[in-house]
Amino acid sequence: MASLEKPGATAKAGSQVGRSVSRVEGRDKVTGRAEYVHTMRLPGMLVAKLFRSTVAHGLVKSIDTTAARAVPGVVHVVTIDDVKRVIPNPYYGPAFHDQPILADKKVRFVGEPVAAVIARDSHVAEAAAQLITAQYDELPAVFDEVEALDSKVYVHDELRPAETFADLKHLKGVKNTNIALAYKLRRGDFEEAFARAAHKFEHEFRTQKVLHLPFEPHATIADYKDSGVTLYTASQGPSFVRTEIARLLGWPENRVRIKVPYVGSGYGSKLYIKLEALAVALSMIAREPVKVALSMDEMFYQITRHPCTFRIKTGVDVDGRIVARKCEVFWNGGAYADIGPRVTQKAGLTASGPYDIDNVSIDSFALYTNVTPSGALRGFGVPQLVWAYESHTDMIARALDLDPVKFRRKNLMRDGGRHTTGQVLADAAVEKVMDAVLDRMRWSQPFDKGLGSLRRGRGFAIAIKSVTTPTTSVAIVNVSADASVTLYCSTIDMGQGSNTVMSQIVGEVLNIPAESVRIAPCDTDVTPYDMGTLGSRSTFHMGHAVRRAAQDAREKIEQLARDVGEPEGSNVPVAELFRRRYGMQAGNIIGSGAYKPDYVAPDPETGLSPNVTPFWMVSGAGAEVEVDTETGHVKVAKLINVIDCGKPLNPKIVETQISGAALMHLGFTMFEKMHFDGGQVTNASLADYKIVGIRDLPGMMENLTVENYQHNGPFGGKGAGEVATFCVSPAIANAIDDAVGVRLTQLPLNPEAVYRALRAKSGRPLEEIQH
Amino acid sequence: MSAQRTISFSLNGVAVTASVEPHHTLIELLQAQFGLTGARESCGQGLCGCCTVRVDGQPISGCLYLASFVDGARVETIEGFDAPDQLSPVQQAFIETGAFQCGYCTSGFIIMATQLLDEYPQPTDDQIAHYLSGNLCRCGAYPEIIAAVKLAARKMAHETIVPTTLRA
Repeated sequence: MASLEKPGATAKAGSQVGRSVSRVEGRDKVTGRAEYVHTMRLPGMLVAKLFRSTVAHGLVKSIDTTAARAVPGVVHVVTIDDVKRVIPNPYYGPAFHDQPILADKKVRFVGEPVAAVIARDSHVAEAAAQLITAQYDELPAVFDEVEALDSKVYVHDELRPAETFADLKHLKGVKNTNIALAYKLRRGDFEEAFARAAHKFEHEFRTQKVLHLPFEPHATIADYKDSGVTLYTASQGPSFVRTEIARLLGWPENRVRIKVPYVGSGYGSKLYIKLEALAVALSMIAREPVKVALSMDEMFYQITRHPCTFRIKTGVDVDGRIVARKCEVFWNGGAYADIGPRVTQKAGLTASGPYDIDNVSIDSFALYTNVTPSGALRGFGVPQLVWAYESHTDMIARALDLDPVKFRRKNLMRDGGRHTTGQVLADAAVEKVMDAVLDRMRWSQPFDKGLGSLRRGRGFAIAIKSVTTPTTSVAIVNVSADASVTLYCSTIDMGQGSNTVMSQIVGEVLNIPAESVRIAPCDTDVTPYDMGTLGSRSTFHMGHAVRRAAQDAREKIEQLARDVGEPEGSNVPVAELFRRRYGMQAGNIIGSGAYKPDYVAPDPETGLSPNVTPFWMVSGAGAEVEVDTETGHVKVAKLINVIDCGKPLNPKIVETQISGAALMHLGFTMFEKMHFDGGQVTNASLADYKIVGIRDLPGMMENLTVENYQHNGPFGGKGAGEVATFCVSPAIANAIDDAVGVRLTQLPLNPEAVYRALRAKSGRPLEEIQH
Repeated sequence: MSAQRTISFSLNGVAVTASVEPHHTLIELLQAQFGLTGARESCGQGLCGCCTVRVDGQPISGCLYLASFVDGARVETIEGFDAPDQLSPVQQAFIETGAFQCGYCTSGFIIMATQLLDEYPQPTDDQIAHYLSGNLCRCGAYPEIIAAVKLAARKMAHETIVPTTLRA
């Protein structure tokens, strides 16, 4: 093709992907110039602060805003009645239209927004919000996911599914239930096979409520005008926000503009729609730009990970083969469904693990409860499942006195075999990942298990996950007349490095250095549709769309060369082609590309499908721990994280994604937990909710990929953002069991839990503390 | 709300004045009156380090530090650490080692790492952990941040006179 850059700056084919290009936004970030919504100000902007519910479930009798309105500087005090005057049906959400912009007659969790104060000065708004009072008729509340299944306390009077998902439509108008989705998978005959099995095991595992805590708390500025509305929002899903705001306003999408600057991370917390509907309503009322920005403590009332109860039953034959497995998974979705039903289904279909089992029964339930809503958190539910099935797998091996490696190897799914759903497994390096973990752990070498009160142990775990499917990405590549290239896409780089990887893909197709590609900031007036930056889907889906858009641009450049009379294989600079065509430095070439993978929806009765996912994510982890038997304190001496991400398109960024994902989950494993008292979060601050700091790093950590190539992926690649989260918890729990012979079935694995288990094992249990 | 007061201070080497109220924090002052958003409030409790600013050569938490306290002081923010087309050795090292992801906490880490290297040009692992234990990174870039500090130390040792901040 014609060269796209002056000689010397042209990159060789194959030299852009697979290279550790430094993050393209590096300079902005190390100089403090990167702009985030939380610190952004618009001229004339007002700010809003929220008054929140103090009861978990109740009817709103009255809201007294008199004192707040009297505070000098307060512009408006807004309740749902005011909202309904501008947005008559103010209910939103991705799966269910169940969440009101402000509490509507009823509150469903402590911390739910009930009223908003708008003022010029944030201190004034905050002081005034504290003067609001509300009276409630309290209702009984349900907090536990298992209780919610049969409870007579109903969080919602009637279910309101959105039109988006086919498997939720039948729930429209259903009453007297807290079940927002029941997914099931049936393969073979579990009951019959379990009855015949030589060895039977049944365990229950639980995970606690933890949250994302992105350091840029949620923030949205809405600037409403009758001609259109512009939102500046810290969002992972601008296209969805646009669609949902357009629906709420009854407008075409082109009157809604979503702009996303840098995002101070998300991990799933900024998906779908969060503060955006409220900000729009407030700007409509104020008729000026209004900013809603949460403080860190308010994030405890915005979105969290799903707590989960997982009952798992396994039948094993005399040869150590798993013949039957039953999984019952209860997801604590909180007061509003958010994306919980999709977590329930998409994670649910992998609940039996990376094992080839003929008889499987899976039931996965999304449940409403009276706590902060739950959504997607780096793994879309899968880490909660792996915690259970890999602990369970280890317990079986121990009980049968089988080597945990050999037991897993005997039962592993392998490429060319079938996943539980029936899909043929392709490019899923399950055994390779396991081998790599064991190799780095020196598993076959003798291991010093310690003496006295310091005992050492080691454990590992492996896991598999599908990708949220089917989803669409669209990209535009713009070649300017000087041959410089700009990419337009709505994938949000919130720190995972997608902008860098996308520029590498553009560079690869157009033979130019990745560093020379400009990524246009996300603005839905300009950047095309993308389903969302979630579930490790961007490299694969947007990667394909970007590759196609660049390919389209490349073909148009070749056409331009022919149009201006250049012979085939000519090496005339692209800028010269433009000059010849337009007589000066003028014009553009626009390439576009879209990608949506094939998909077959699971059969509603069996949950089976020949094609539920275009690729599989595989990971493994190994841990060495030292347990202090006098205190229960666990030191993680070594943590090995291995993933299969196909061919790493940017090895350095992949490594930091593995490391970051594992460290975040080290916190979820060892100490993070939201504490509750009657539905009230009692540790809603960084002072009381500890996260991983520099002193908490494992003594040694390795982060690796295995050699693999995803044949249907862009340049052999696939997603890497969440994969290393899956196995950290069970690897550490298995290591603790190895060290001191106690089995923990609830997270976190904090010193109290370990010490209690040790005391119970020695026949001297500690008293339970009544909370 | 309350009485305004005019203060004068040095901001990244430039003499400035500002009108502040008693309850204003340094972060609010920097963002609202000077458009400097590199120091950011996150936890609001002085625990995460995202709001780190240097006042008279000492790192402080700008979300807790009252604006009126900087009257007469020398204030350095991340925006004063680079010069046109030139990054400080610590900033350069952060890029080379990939020591950030979302970037929200990065300013604070760079200021604390700079402080550490000013005081201990060849820091031990324990000194690095000690100086950076008041900064948190939810993306978990700690291994790369530690590598960046060590790389910056090497860069500074090999160059004769390199100011850690280029404009202050």
